[in-house]
Formats: sequence, C-alpha cells, structure tokens
Amino acid sequence: MENFTLLVNGVRREVTAPADMPLLWVIRDLLSLKGTKFGCGQALCGACTVHLDGQAVRSCSIPIAEVGEQELTTIEGLSVEGEHPLQIAWQEHVVPQCGYCQTGQIMNAAALLRNNPSPTEVEIESAMAGNLCRCGTYNRIKAAIQTASQS
Amino acid sequence: MIPKFPFLSGPKTSNRSKVFRPSRREFLKIGSLASGAFLIGVNFQCSGPKGEIRTFAPNAYLSINSDNEVRIIAHRSEMGTGIRTSLPMIVADELGADWKSVKIEQAVGDEATYGDQNTDGSYSIRMFFEPMRRAGATARHMLLEAAGKKWEVDPAGCDTENGQVIHAASGQQIKFADLIDLLQDMEIPDQETLKLRKLSDYKLIGKDVPIYDVKDIAHGKALFGADMDLPGQQIAVIERSPVVGAKVINYAEDKALEIPGVNRVIKISGNGAHPGLNKPLEGIAVIADNTWAAIKGRAALQVEWDLGDNKDYQCAAQMEDMIRETLEDGKLRREKGDVKTAFGSSGTVLEKTYRAPYYAHATIEPPAALAHYKADGTVEIWAPTQHPQWARDSVAEALELDAANVRVNVTLLGGGFGRKSKPDYVVEAALLSRAIKKPVRVQWTREDDIHHDFYHSHSAQRIKAGLDAQGKLIAWNHHTVFPAIGGTSSADELHPSDGEMGLGCTDFPYDVPNIRIESHEAKAHTRIGWLRSVSNIHHAFAISGMLDEIAEVRGMDPVEHTLSLLGEDRQLSFNEEMKGEYPNYGEDITAYPWDTARMKRVIERVSTEANWSKSIQDGKAVGFAAHKSFLTYVACIVEVSRDENGKIIVPVVHYAVDCGIPVNTDRIRSQFEGGAQFASSLAMSSAINFENGQVRQNNFDSYQIIRMPQAPKQIYTHIIESQEKPTGVGEPPVPPFIPALCNALYQLNGKRIYELPVKEAFV
Ligand code: FES
Ligand code: FES
Repeated sequence: MENFTLLVNGVRREVTAPADMPLLWVIRDLLSLKGTKFGCGQALCGACTVHLDGQAVRSCSIPIAEVGEQELTTIEGLSVEGEHPLQIAWQEHVVPQCGYCQTGQIMNAAALLRNNPSPTEVEIESAMAGNLCRCGTYNRIKAAIQTASQS
Repeated sequence: MIPKFPFLSGPKTSNRSKVFRPSRREFLKIGSLASGAFLIGVNFQCSGPKGEIRTFAPNAYLSINSDNEVRIIAHRSEMGTGIRTSLPMIVADELGADWKSVKIEQAVGDEATYGDQNTDGSYSIRMFFEPMRRAGATARHMLLEAAGKKWEVDPAGCDTENGQVIHAASGQQIKFADLIDLLQDMEIPDQETLKLRKLSDYKLIGKDVPIYDVKDIAHGKALFGADMDLPGQQIAVIERSPVVGAKVINYAEDKALEIPGVNRVIKISGNGAHPGLNKPLEGIAVIADNTWAAIKGRAALQVEWDLGDNKDYQCAAQMEDMIRETLEDGKLRREKGDVKTAFGSSGTVLEKTYRAPYYAHATIEPPAALAHYKADGTVEIWAPTQHPQWARDSVAEALELDAANVRVNVTLLGGGFGRKSKPDYVVEAALLSRAIKKPVRVQWTREDDIHHDFYHSHSAQRIKAGLDAQGKLIAWNHHTVFPAIGGTSSADELHPSDGEMGLGCTDFPYDVPNIRIESHEAKAHTRIGWLRSVSNIHHAFAISGMLDEIAEVRGMDPVEHTLSLLGEDRQLSFNEEMKGEYPNYGEDITAYPWDTARMKRVIERVSTEANWSKSIQDGKAVGFAAHKSFLTYVACIVEVSRDENGKIIVPVVHYAVDCGIPVNTDRIRSQFEGGAQFASSLAMSSAINFENGQVRQNNFDSYQIIRMPQAPKQIYTHIIESQEKPTGVGEPPVPPFIPALCNALYQLNGKRIYELPVKEAFV
C-alpha cells in the first residue's frame, strides 16, 4: 500500500492504495465518485473514460501509480459551473436509453471537441469507436456531438 | 418457484382496474410520497397463467402535495426503454398536471403494494395504459368536483391544465394544491361512468417527451446497481463453475487472503447441471474492502473442479446433430392441410437450412447487487433487477426466510434485455451478506458476464417450401430445434415450449394451404435464458430469408410477395391448427388477434417511406422483412452499400410500426434506433461458442458488439397513428431487422445468408 495525492476535479485528494490499483477503482471505490462506470476492465468499452490533463483515457487500464501530477477530470468535474455544451446537447437530443455508458461517451466526446472543435462525421465515428453502447444510441450521440460542436 | 413469463404463459391482462383511497396503514407504507398530501392508488386486476383471477393489488400511487407537486410511483424497472417516464406521463396527462412539477419515485419490489412488477416481454405499456389513465382521470374528476363546489359552478364547465383547475366561463383558476383540503372527504367517483380524455386532447401522450432521468445521466448522477454503497460494506468477486454443473473438489484460499484488502473466502454451493433460472452457480467468493482487491484475490485462488457431465460439450457438434435432426420427422406443433401430398404435386421445392449461434446479453452494466442481512434477520437488497418480486422470493427461498422479511429496492438498470430478470446475482449477494454479517455488494466482471450468462440458444432450422405449377406457394414445412429455456431447470425439457414456438414460428401468418411445423429434441448444456425478442430472433431470420428466396423464384417483388401471401384481410387465431397452446404473449387471442390488415398497413407504409420501388430501379441493395412480435406489427427495409474502401456499411434503415396508440413517440423511436443497432450486433458480429463445456469468448474483444462506425447511419421510424390498444416496443424492432439486412446483403453480394453472424461481410 502506498499514499498518493491526486488532483481530482481541481481538488487535491489523498488515497492509500496498492500501486497497481486501476484508476477506475480509485475513483469509484476510494473517492466514491460513481459517475465513472465499469464496463469491461480491459480498455474495450469506454464506460470508464476520464480525462488526464484534458485527454480521454480509460481509467480501468491506468494504474494509480502512473497518474502522478496529471490533472484528473471525471464527469462530476466536467463542468463545475452550469453545463458543458455536450451535456446540454445530450438533453436536447435525449440521447440516453439505460444511461450507463453515457458518462463515458460524454467524457470521450468532450476530449474530441477539445482537440478538434468541428469534427466531420467520419472523425466523430472513429474518435468514438472505443465507446460501446449496448442500447444502441450511437446516432443520437453523433447528432449531439454535432450540435455541441456548432455551439 | 417458477415465475410468470409473459411470452410463455400469462398473465393475461384485463381492463379492469380500480382506483381507491388508501387506508391510513397503506398511507404509511408508502411514506415519503404521502406526507400531508392528497393520495390515491390504482390497482389492476390480472389473471394468472391458467386464467385464475389474481386479487386486486394497487399498482401505482399518485399524490398531490401542498407545493403543487404531483408525485407518481413508477413500479416498473427502468432499463433503457423509458418506462419510468412513459407510465407516469400517462397519469399526468390525464390529470392535467404540470409535467415539470411531476416527481417520479421508484417502487420497491412488493407484490402486495404494487402488483406484478416483472418488467419483461414488452408489456408494461400494454398492461398499464388503461389503469394509468384511470388513475389520472379519477384525480382529475375529484379536483373538478372540488373546484365546482368552491366556486359554486358546474364542474362540467371546469377543466384541468398545467396543475390548475380552470373555469373557462368565469376565468377563475386555482392550483391543485389549494383544493387538497376539499378533496380529503370526497368519495372516489364511479369508475363505470368515469370520463377519460379524448386521444386528441392529450398534451403528452402521442408526443415526444424527454426521459425523466436525462439530466442526471448526463451529469453522472444517475445511480445504478453497481453504484450502491452502504457503510461497512464489502465487495465480492466470485470464481464460478467454468462448466454448468461443475462442483468444487477443493480450493486453496491462502494466496487470496495474502492480498491486502481481502478478508474472507466463502464457498457458494451450486445446483447441478440444470441449476434453474434463479439459483447461483457453484463458486468461491472472495470478499474484500474494495473491488480491485477482490479481483486480485480471485485471481490468486486455486480451485480444483469436478467439471461434471457438461465437460465434453461442444456446441459445434451439437449444431451438426441438430441439423441432422431436422431431416427427420419431429414433434408436430401446428398442422394445416397435408404438406406431404402438396410437396408431391409441387412443381418447385426449395429446402434451406438456417443456423444461428448462442448470444450473450452483455448488458453494459455487468450484474451487480448489494445485500444487507441485518441483525434482526431481515434482508434489504439494492439491485438492478427487472423482476424485483422474483428476486425477493428467490432470496427468501435461498435464505429460508419469509418473503416479507426481504425488501428489494430497484435501482436504475444499466441494460436488461432479459438478463436481469434472473436473480442469481441477487441471491449471491444475500448469501454472502448473511455469511459475514455485513453488507456485501457482488460485482460481476465482464468476463464473468460473458462466461456465465443465461444465453440465447443456438438454433438450427430447416424450411421446405413447395410451389405449384403456377408458382403459388402451396406447402410450408418448418423444422426448428434449439435447447429450450425449460432445459435450464430440467433435463427432461428437450423441446421448446408452446410459448417459445409461438414466438415467430407457429404463428406463421401467411395464407398457405398446407402448413406443417415441427420441433426436435435438443439438450441444454448451459443456462438458457431469454434475450430481447427471444426465439423470434432466429425464427424471423429463417422465415423472412426463405420468403425472400421464394419471391425471387416466383419473379415477384419481395414486398408485393409478402402482401399477397398475407391474403385477405382477416384476423387469425390459429386455434384448430395448433397442436399445443398458443399463448399469444399472454393475451386472449380474441382481444388481440393476429390482424393481417394491420401488418399490410406497416408494410405499405415502410415501402412508401423508404421509396422501395425506386431504390430497386436505381439498383440499390435493399432488403425487406416484416415480423409481428409481442403484439406489435413491424416492417423494415435495410439498405447496404460499400464505402470508398470497399467496406460494407448500412446507410439507411426504415421501420414502420403499429404499436396501437403511440404513447411516448420519442421513446418509440429510440427503441427502434436501439433495436436496429442491437440486431446489427446479432447479425454481424456476436456469437458465443462452447468448447469442452466452456465459453470461448471472454470480453468485448472476442464477444463483439457493433461500434459507432458499423452502426446503421440513419434509422427512420414511421409510427402508424393507430387507435388500437397500445402494445410494447422494446423487443419488436429486433426480429425483422436481421433478415432485412441479410436480404439486402444478398442484393449486394449475390450470396444468400444461412448462418449468423455474417461477420466476414463487415470486417
Ligand atoms: S471499463 Fe474501461 S474501457 Fe471498459
Ligand atoms: S445507453 Fe445503455 S449502454 Fe448506452
């Protein structure tokens, strides 16, 4: 067990964990932030997507020891004031069905728009290919990203 | 205990519902909803599988409090269909509530309070549309009476709107909340003469209404079963029998206990090679402070298994056996005329064999459940379950408790598709909590989920069709064989039940003079369950693929061909031809007949909307299929093409649906969009294989579901403005999509598809 200091959604948090504990379980079990979801544990589904220094990563496949000084953002910290344009677009298009994959989708889309504010349809598809939605909301996700990218 | 499966037997709905004022005791039971408020309940009579009348039990409650907030209890599980929004929406619309001030509360699993809560079989809207309207109408009627008294006007001149009663003539208006006092002593109005609003007057029903939880979901605040925590809880991850029926010979726990955070290792006993639908598999549970410790602890376990009878099971070999079976005479399930003679006089005979694999549900939230066995001997559960009462009864049975001592709280479900009807994971949590006297949350990993599901059965089918000299279809002989759901519980269940046969096979609606439908024996070597639309999946694949081939042989347009095969407009009951029962999704066939005119209407609509004839003239690769399931009529046209890299894509899908009165049009469309994508996975990419009794796939790398680039690009859902009784839309989009896609692929590649999934075409 080791002590780590993480910068989580702008706040420093101390945790004690084994060095190999995936960030996902640190976030969910030790920090009790439940918006980041477990879907596969193998970087195959994107449900656990968070940002490290603004870039989308699969938290299930990053051990806590590798996080270091990087700034961690989870869905709870995506927009501290009001709503992120994606969160507004998500409501406008009523994207979710069960909703479980959606926080990962939004975090992945937010990083996409940060790197590429007006992605083409093909760019959206390839950037979002790592995020599974078993309920099948892909078309609305795409539409919501397009709406947000125009705002 | 065998629960009711709506698609296999009952319950049958009836439109008898009753609205009542809860007693003081009932009032207290539903606590938070009721404080200081006007409250009514509505209950609803349904009959059991054998038609026996089950007692009235309240299904829903509605309250109006002093803040003019309308609270409605949602007693169905939300797994992505929007039912948690759509049922309260019906109450609110009839009532004239301000939708923005409606609060929805989730009911616990309690039959005495909420009646049947099994959320399965696409029947929530079908069963509860009428009772929900009546609940709203009753409260509305009472509010009008109260306002009439207050203003000394005729209540008939008043109406409700946006949470207020309005008297148009005098221009007076008053909030519902300000009438609560007057409501307290009022009698429930006569239900026989109760006036419901006209369909055209609704402001929510028939419109797009966003789901209640959309904002919470977008902000990560929506909580699912896997998100439940209690102080002092432990997390359990379980090593389960690799082959169904395997027994633990012995196990070493020392290495697991060395992992920091791991506290206990506990054995769970299984229930043999036919373990049933609600029992845990045999396994060794590692109990730890957090999920990661439990996962690592499990990896460190050493378990020696006696793999049992299923250890030599190869699904590929069983598939070959099943195909051989279809060449023999099987068990007769429906018969009309005499196919054998008809084949003798047929000019052309087509005979094709269809194969489909096992599928796993792969709900994006793997099974998880939190149980707290308390010092007083009661158990409280928090679980993403489709069937809270079955979960409660199964926990009670496993722990030998009275069901009254088990309380099941229903969380949001991260997908269900039939998987989360089975309460095995809930029972695991309860057993472990009792063993360690602490709250325990069981967390399945994705590998656990893929390895230990209740699978959709693999299947073989052979269809033989005979055409006479004029090319008319005169004989239809359909053989179907697949391990049945019943085989999960009993070694003696070797044939599909009447219920499974009635899912798109024996209810073959086409006007063919000679029909013979047969099933064959197949043993269950794993746990078979039901997956979104159940055996409709493989039956529609075979039947609509065969019809497309017949149309080609006859030189007919497939749409015209299907329309002509439906024959005269008529209502089918199949009765005298069925060799067993025809459950008709739990509904009386006279109340919900198979109506060929409704099917024709969706076919004509989809063909117009998709510009079918023009697409064919233009040489587009389009495929068509129509299939009724769960009492909802659906026709589907899928287009396929190649992108610039030569990869096959699905640019457009058109659906037309007649689901009776459409309730929430946005959620109907979203179910069809999702259904097309769910079916795309089944058609293009997913398959489970067993070797030596064990599942070969592990995670989403080997059990593939489609990703955004493979998803159909545009999905249009054309909803028939029907006045018929509403029916569900969760499952019906799936069956016709698969053959429509396969028929389109044939147009593109010139190769008929007889086996799912059609992977090569898409990689
Ligand atoms: S849980 Fe991390 S990618 Fe699936
Ligand atoms: S909304 Fe259910 S998995 Fe995406």
